[in-house]
Amino acid sequence: MAAEMTVDLVAVERKIWSGQAGFLKARTTVGDIGVLPGHQPTLAQLEDAGVVRVDGTDGTTTTLAVRGGFLSITGDTVTVLAEFAELADEIDVAGARAARDRADTSDPDGAAEAAWANARLQAAGAAE
Amino acid sequence: MAAQIRVLRRRIKSTQSIKKITRAMELIATSRIVKARARVEESKPYAEQMTAVLTELANNSALDHPLLVEREEPKRAAVLVVTSDRGQCGGYNAGVLKEAEQLQSLLREQGKEPVLYVIGRKGVNYYRFRRRKVEQSWTGFSEQPNYENAAVAARTLVAAFMAGSDDTAEGPGEDGVQGVDELHLVYTQFKNMVTQTPQARRMAPMEVEYAVDTVAQPGGEIEERREEAVAAKGELQSLYEFEPDAETLFDALLPKYIGARLFAALLESAASESANRQRAMKAATDNANDLIRTLTLESNQARQAQITQEISEIVGGADALVSTGSES
Repeated sequence: MAAEMTVDLVAVERKIWSGQAGFLKARTTVGDIGVLPGHQPTLAQLEDAGVVRVDGTDGTTTTLAVRGGFLSITGDTVTVLAEFAELADEIDVAGARAARDRADTSDPDGAAEAAWANARLQAAGAAE
Repeated sequence: MAAQIRVLRRRIKSTQSIKKITRAMELIATSRIVKARARVEESKPYAEQMTAVLTELANNSALDHPLLVEREEPKRAAVLVVTSDRGQCGGYNAGVLKEAEQLQSLLREQGKEPVLYVIGRKGVNYYRFRRRKVEQSWTGFSEQPNYENAAVAARTLVAAFMAGSDDTAEGPGEDGVQGVDELHLVYTQFKNMVTQTPQARRMAPMEVEYAVDTVAQPGGEIEERREEAVAAKGELQSLYEFEPDAETLFDALLPKYIGARLFAALLESAASESANRQRAMKAATDNANDLIRTLTLESNQARQAQITQEISEIVGGADALVSTGSES
């Protein structure tokens, strides 16, 4: 049996995704992290707005945009805690694009909005 | 006589249409309770994971974060009151506001100045009518809150709390912002369909409680979990790697934890509001039914009286005709 780990993607309002995976990739505040089964127990803060990719053991790849996220690895369980998270195929690409163009990057709130819109576009595979 | 029947019929008709409205509101409220409770359930995994992560962090970092430490001389205390946007929900708002008043007088006794933050239009109106200063308010989502609403309020409160750390007795400290030294929350706890109780809780500094609470309830359950974790330390301590270091992570997580707790409280309040509304509207519908029954009875009596009178008039008239005819 191939090595696998349980991945839970949990947002504040609901559990987004849960399943078996062979690989997970995310970007923390200090750099990219790739997680394979049997990873050392780790707690990490993810980028304020970033993309998380999960390669399931059934050959599917799940991509999602994550905002205000944390990554917790214990034994064979990986948990991504997020304030907001959206699965790639649930993302409203036009809406995200509009949000990005609308956001005023000169003030911190606007910049955060723009970063979030970018992350959503990237997750949806629609980034230029 | 005919006028009386007309008036009664009109009243029956208007009572019936009121009943339709209250009945509809009752049904809407019923479905909203179910939804709100489902959302409370859905938000539990996050709360549980968050608690687990914080427990782990608490073992690995010094507990000196401002959100955990009591201020030496607390002067101002923020009170966040969660009310509803609309009425027609029985004693729901009255209960919360009463609890809030009690908390405020308690704070004043302790020499702290309460600073009001309000969620819900009913609360805003209550304080505006009494010309009490409300520091900030958020409205328009009391029945179906989402996390964004809670996050905005939590950010404001945490910012005010952080700004308060350098305040002196004379006024604002170095940052020039008059912050607060404590955060309190008044919301309505949803116990079950028939019991919802207004509750006042302190959100920050976090209290050391040993209550055996479930995770989703806002309270000091981190500390409790921490005790367990410390007890188990002898046998097994997971060697975590932290990215970035534990302190930074802790700082980033605590405000989010407050946000999640506030969100849980908003959801419970929403469920309580709907439950109260459902009860109030059920009572209104029942009353409308009673009223319709009484009015129908009255109108039937009036109609019968009118018929009886008409018959006796006809009979009386006929008798008069017969008697005059026989005489002639």
